[in-house]
Amino acid sequence: MTRRVLGVAAVVLAVLIFPRVAGTYPVKLLQEILIWGMFAMSLDFLMGYAGMVSFGHSAFFGVGGYVAALALVAWGPGVAAGLLLPAAAAALAALVIGFFSIRVSGVYFIMLTLAFSQMFYAVTFQVGWLGAEDGIVGVPRPRLAGVDLNGLTAFHVYVAAFALATVLVLWRIVRSPFGHVLRGIHDNEARMQAVGYAVDRYKLLAFVIAGTVAGVAGALYAQFVGSITPEAFLWRTSGEALLMVIIGGTGTLGGGLLGAAAFILLQSLVSSYTERWMLLLGLTFIVFVLFAPGGIVGALRGRIGLRA
Amino acid sequence: MTALLEVDRLTRYFGALGAVNGVTLAVERRERRAIIGPNGAGKTTLFNLITGHLAPSGGRVVFDGHAITGLPPHRVARHGLARSFQRTNLFSRLTVLENLRLAAAADGRGSYRLFGSVDRLTAPLARAREVADAVGLSERLDETVARLSYGEQRQLEVGVALATRPQLLLLDEPTAGMSPEETRRMTRLLAALGRDVTMLIIEHDMDVVFSLADRITVLHYGEVLVEGPPDAVRADARVYEVYLGTGDGA
Repeated sequence: MTRRVLGVAAVVLAVLIFPRVAGTYPVKLLQEILIWGMFAMSLDFLMGYAGMVSFGHSAFFGVGGYVAALALVAWGPGVAAGLLLPAAAAALAALVIGFFSIRVSGVYFIMLTLAFSQMFYAVTFQVGWLGAEDGIVGVPRPRLAGVDLNGLTAFHVYVAAFALATVLVLWRIVRSPFGHVLRGIHDNEARMQAVGYAVDRYKLLAFVIAGTVAGVAGALYAQFVGSITPEAFLWRTSGEALLMVIIGGTGTLGGGLLGAAAFILLQSLVSSYTERWMLLLGLTFIVFVLFAPGGIVGALRGRIGLRA
Repeated sequence: MTALLEVDRLTRYFGALGAVNGVTLAVERRERRAIIGPNGAGKTTLFNLITGHLAPSGGRVVFDGHAITGLPPHRVARHGLARSFQRTNLFSRLTVLENLRLAAAADGRGSYRLFGSVDRLTAPLARAREVADAVGLSERLDETVARLSYGEQRQLEVGVALATRPQLLLLDEPTAGMSPEETRRMTRLLAALGRDVTMLIIEHDMDVVFSLADRITVLHYGEVLVEGPPDAVRADARVYEVYLGTGDGA
């Protein structure tokens, strides 16, 4: 326990002082990792704990990103516009999509969530006031308590704080009474019903929590890049998050962050040498699925005896 | 005082086949009732109709004064009616204590709490330990289900149903697949449960049936053939014929 607290503290410290010791490019890379890590962790919460494998998680990342972009452009750099409104919009989208999707499971759940996210893609790609295929550009970053987040370090601390909050909040939820109910549903949904749990309500709440966190990640992403395009909704966005979760380790939360790091580092390092970085990614994925099904976290636990 | 469970002309067709065909029965409070009958007599289907796992084609189920016909399983369970399954149906990745605690917390109080450790929900935890004791698993609390013996898994199967504090416990062949020794253990354990839990039990083992049941209902082709106290049922020529006639020696 204390070892884990020390470990987390060391990582947090390292992330925070990173802008002091590294150049602009590595710092931006780390910010990208943290944002995608939040997104991947929210998906891991859904699939690794609640047992709902979604292939449409991009819907909430995209809604968060678009609402943040629209609101920040329209109303200027406020926190409400940059974070609260996008989070609420993603939660609402998750409530509606979840209401329909949790009625089915397995492959049907995958296809239904995928269909919903592709609908968002199709709409944003067509609709003029959403910028159509160009998306929304010139998104300002919010001002937080008078601090301008355009500076590299300020934005870094801002993103890191959200990533840490995501870890802590999800970590507490999976250990709460509600989290244990989710584990029971993951393990044996029919028996949970037979002993008296209104399983659908728990699943819907889990779906909304995951969607909300994904929405915050999307909002941060729009602020990080300064724009958002329909690509955010594309199935590939969902697929990349899935890859991150599986590479990092399903059902571990921390695996989402590590998977995002592996994915983004691989992408940025290898793509500077060869166009075929997707090939290497594919191979990495195959190796993990075959030889380390527990992902990076699973492999680490086996190696240094870390317990869950 | 009316019966705890009243089943009125309950019917379920699978295609043209009446798997349960106009079954009427009443189980009194504190009663221990066994349902017997040859394979395919509709015993498990009857359970599935009562607990909401199957929708009836006709008829009514009234439990404790509430019409529960066609309610989904979780709503039926919340009325105080719990069941165990013929095929072991547990939370295989969780421990004995976690299985029982989840079942004990199924009344939903506190289960929507997003923060705070699960260990602080003390009432379900206390209930889980109490039930573990009742089903003979108090030495195995931290073992995961996969590491339990088959007999212990069957004990936990009953325990998970019992942990919900039911008024009526429906047991679907609790001794299915057990060795004679395990069967004796299970029978002792069921006999030791308090009378405040009314029991409706499907069982093939006649020793278990005759040592537990106050009354016996014999189902045959989805219909009630005979109902009465054990001695009357044992002496009934029709029951003898049904078991002998189908070649089912159970």
